[in-house]
Amino acid sequence: MEKQLEKKHPLAVRWMHWINFPLLALMIWSGLLIYWANAIYSLRLGYYEIFHFFPPLFYETLGIPYRLAEGLQLHFFFMWLFTINGIAYIIYTFLSGEWRALLPVPASFRRAPLVALHDAHIVKNKPPQGKYNDAQRIAYTSVILMGAGSVITGLAIYKPTQMSWLTSLLGGYEWARWEHFWLTILFVLFFAVHVFQVAMAGWANFRSMISGYDVVDAEKPATPKEEVVEA
Amino acid sequence: MSEDKDIIIDGVRELENKGDTKARSWPDDPENTATALKEFRYLSEPMSDTDAKRQMFILSRRGFLVGGMAGLLGIFGWRWMPEDTKNALLRRTFEFNESVSQAFYSPKRLAPEFHPSRITAARYNGAMGLETEITASDWRLNVTGIGGGSALTIDQIKAMPRTEMITELKCIEGWSTIVHWAGVRFSDFVAACGGPSPSELPRYVAMKTPDEKYYVGWDIEAIMHPQTLLAYEMNGAPLTNEHGAPLRLASPTKYGIKQIKRIGSIEFTNERPRDYWAENGYDWYAGL
Repeated sequence: MEKQLEKKHPLAVRWMHWINFPLLALMIWSGLLIYWANAIYSLRLGYYEIFHFFPPLFYETLGIPYRLAEGLQLHFFFMWLFTINGIAYIIYTFLSGEWRALLPVPASFRRAPLVALHDAHIVKNKPPQGKYNDAQRIAYTSVILMGAGSVITGLAIYKPTQMSWLTSLLGGYEWARWEHFWLTILFVLFFAVHVFQVAMAGWANFRSMISGYDVVDAEKPATPKEEVVEA
Repeated sequence: MSEDKDIIIDGVRELENKGDTKARSWPDDPENTATALKEFRYLSEPMSDTDAKRQMFILSRRGFLVGGMAGLLGIFGWRWMPEDTKNALLRRTFEFNESVSQAFYSPKRLAPEFHPSRITAARYNGAMGLETEITASDWRLNVTGIGGGSALTIDQIKAMPRTEMITELKCIEGWSTIVHWAGVRFSDFVAACGGPSPSELPRYVAMKTPDEKYYVGWDIEAIMHPQTLLAYEMNGAPLTNEHGAPLRLASPTKYGIKQIKRIGSIEFTNERPRDYWAENGYDWYAGL
């Protein structure tokens, strides 16, 4: 069978993706060092506390207690790199046209559940897709919005007097801190699902995020409408 | 063999060269988002399975080598960075962040003030410099660096223009309380002491407890902010000992660590003052 190499991920996207991984990890880690000093959030059902963030064993195992100063130092260093990397990604996505592969359209929200049903082997037909399916489009766009949300809520906590308009818009200082915290939890959940999906998709898919390419079966000559885009 | 490899490398280079990559659109399908958004896919010319595997191997090897090296460089660069260098880097980042904050700073931007019903229970944290007993009548505030220098009594300070505000006190630990403060605006205090006009003031203010066990430094811009008070009342009552009687700083422009309790001395200076928590790894500026 004839094969073709498909360029899946531009070099810039691969770099920004992999740079973001340790940066986000460091932001979450330093965030934990800070959060420990006022660890007040929990998952509740009425008055019943289902899970407190976080149990003492969690802090002790990871060696988190009494490292607030260190947490602040790291957080306010890596925040720059995290933000710059995120802004660079957004700019690149728009200038390069990559957004065409990443943004959802209104119909995506109708199609995404079909993708999930197909993944769960409930529905046989795979919905048509480009590089990413509609569930991925929603997920990868959402995670960028979450990143923007983290920067904005972070700014509101960081400069609540100089940027009091922003802090007030987010419901005040304490709400902004709550929002900043839950966005972080969402990042962790995204990460868990992302890693699971990558593991399910297999080695070739993972490799393409490093080499940029994947091997695909050559298409039947007539099928793809060929267009040479201006370079 | 090596010639064969060269041909493959040439092939890869060709593929890398964007001008040679053929962009195709996805098949027309109203149900495909990729079609709707005119997404392209970039495919090489068809080749045999073996060639595809070989090219893929070379491309991946390069990717994994470069990526692996970048990763190791990051991990070991950070790990092997001398502790001094790392601390200097993080301290300089605090200073850089300070200069960015200063560049955007405006004394006209005020922290929100709250309705009395929003006042929360006061929270007490930190007794440094408050260990010894003092009596208000023996207490003096030593002011140096402006005017002739003076030792003021609490009654002299209470005679200065009085300001009240209900603002949110933010602790660097992450909690906050809403407090009703009464005292004299720092800027009014400077004027009452016969200090120069704000633009002629020294760049910093150093404040210490009477026993000099706790000390903070402020930039002149934040201390002259209209919401920075030398407070003697909290939530409608004179300051208690634990909250810094007889006189403390109260301001929504900086964290609680900067709002020194039981001020013994105020010194105007052009030299950046020492600061207790800055010496313990926290941000000297700590500006909100």
